[in-house]
Amino acid sequence: MTRDTDTAGRPPAAAPTGSPTRRRYRRQDQAGVGTYVALTITALLFLFPLYYSIVAASHTPSDLYDGQPPLFPGPGLFDNLARALDQAELFEALGRSLVVSGTVTASTVFFCTIAGFAFAKLRFTGRTALFGIALATLTIPPTLGIVPLYVVMSRLGLVNNLASVILPAAVTAFGVFFMRQYISQALPDELIEAATVDGAGLNRILFSIVLPIARPGMAVLGILSFMASWNDFLWPFIAVRNSPTIQVAVAGIGAGYTPDIAVILAGTVIATVPLIVVTAIFGRQIVGGITAGAVKS
Amino acid sequence: MSVDAPPDREAAGSRTTSPGPRQRRSLAERFAPYGYISPFFLLFGAFGLFPLAFTLWLSFFEFRLGGGDPQFLGLENYVWLFGSDAFYNALLNTLTIGLLSTVPQLCIALALAHQLNYSMRLRNFFRVSMIIPYATSLVAATLVFGSIFSNSAGGLANVLIGLVGLDPVSWTNGKWTAQFAIAVIVTWHWAGYNALIYLAGMQSIPQDLYEAAAIDGASRWHQFLHVTLPGLRPTILFTIVVSTIGATQLFTEPFLFGNGAGGGALGQYQVIAMYMYEVAFTFGRLGRASAIAMVLLVLVIALVLLNTGLARLKMRDRPIRTTPSGGAR
Repeated sequence: MTRDTDTAGRPPAAAPTGSPTRRRYRRQDQAGVGTYVALTITALLFLFPLYYSIVAASHTPSDLYDGQPPLFPGPGLFDNLARALDQAELFEALGRSLVVSGTVTASTVFFCTIAGFAFAKLRFTGRTALFGIALATLTIPPTLGIVPLYVVMSRLGLVNNLASVILPAAVTAFGVFFMRQYISQALPDELIEAATVDGAGLNRILFSIVLPIARPGMAVLGILSFMASWNDFLWPFIAVRNSPTIQVAVAGIGAGYTPDIAVILAGTVIATVPLIVVTAIFGRQIVGGITAGAVKS
Repeated sequence: MSVDAPPDREAAGSRTTSPGPRQRRSLAERFAPYGYISPFFLLFGAFGLFPLAFTLWLSFFEFRLGGGDPQFLGLENYVWLFGSDAFYNALLNTLTIGLLSTVPQLCIALALAHQLNYSMRLRNFFRVSMIIPYATSLVAATLVFGSIFSNSAGGLANVLIGLVGLDPVSWTNGKWTAQFAIAVIVTWHWAGYNALIYLAGMQSIPQDLYEAAAIDGASRWHQFLHVTLPGLRPTILFTIVVSTIGATQLFTEPFLFGNGAGGGALGQYQVIAMYMYEVAFTFGRLGRASAIAMVLLVLVIALVLLNTGLARLKMRDRPIRTTPSGGAR
């Protein structure tokens, strides 16, 4: 619906005639000092809360609120980190999150890639209608289904079982959409034709041609899925409260009567660092994935 | 749209020695596409679509968290809902926090994208810095901002406003101060993400349009107003739809900001998703909570239709702008 309007005018524009990349940047205006200043300030603002969580996690609560708040890390970081890990059993929570996000990522990437391949390159009855259904559900937020989902999970006896968090996230409409887009652009039809002529069956084509070619797209989808799963809060908070994932566990540190803010923030550091590392390594791919998803969606 | 692979016919034409591909393709091969899409549809149907249908059904029943069989109530849950002050309060808070966060967020994103669109050194660094907040979990972000917007006079936010001569504020207690702080968290989290989306949109605007505008003597600002903005219209619409839907689902930030589903002692910042959570999991009334979810669904659909409807109207006004990519414009 909305996506159609968006798509209507644009996809060809993503690849203008001629050599797009060179043209795009050669004629572009050079950034002035103002741009650098503005972007540097923005980058600092975006990084500041992360920095501040390390600062706060290295002090005592009284350091934080009595008098001038500290702006530099103090001596207590490892102390507070150890207390956070101990109090909230964050090691276990990290392990659970790793299992959940890893499984969700593998399943999303695999199932969405094969579905995306079918929608991109194969002809079958009902293709357009089925893809339309997948597309229409993109706008429906998952929050709406949490109440009945809880009923379903408790009937299945899966509450407080990691499966209750994994199953609803095991595939996404966005993933199918993203992979369909990627495969239809990256995989030439001739390649499939040639393989068919040589007598390759569809499964052979899938594993020997499609998956290798789609790998960069799958990597981006994998990173985005991992991030989304790692950071998810509302549903895990309901479904696995007694065997919490990292976000749920960190949110729980503050639930005591006299929450120790330094320990809470030490917990946020532990919960955040893995993803910041991922972002630092795969930043460009994530940027590409976000923009590709938006432009083509 | 992709071009379909029509392997059968061409293969049959070029290779007469091999048996006709149509026959060679077994039944299993022909059903393979369904095999490829069925895991998606099975999982998505079971845990995505079915719960939605189930919500509708549940909304007509009294169903307690503790157990027991559902009892048919007809429309009673809806009658209760529309008579509930807390519901209107939550709806209104969702709206105000939504406005406070969506509007600045998208304006900042637009400005950032405009800056990022220059050719510059450290391009990748700046782009990646845009997604740092997005990569930070909402839980972590909210807890950090919660300590910055501490009610004590020594909290960072209070010290900062003290620099311009304002008195310390009890952030979580006041309605607008709390909503402002929550809006700051939301804006921080999403502004860079939206900036990247706008940037992608800007880069698909043909350079010729800018050159033509420059030749006609348009200043930078006028180019932005008359070339960039119209060219970005579909992208802007997309981000508005996504962020308004996101605003109706807001939960983690207000929930953890005040540590509870009540949204402050007086419900000053209780939003609709928190109210749904409270009714379902604090009060244990799953039927009533389902009715709230249904109202929320109608709200989301209405927002999407409204936005697309508005876009269609505007598109019709300015037919040239809808295809900025079309060769000779």
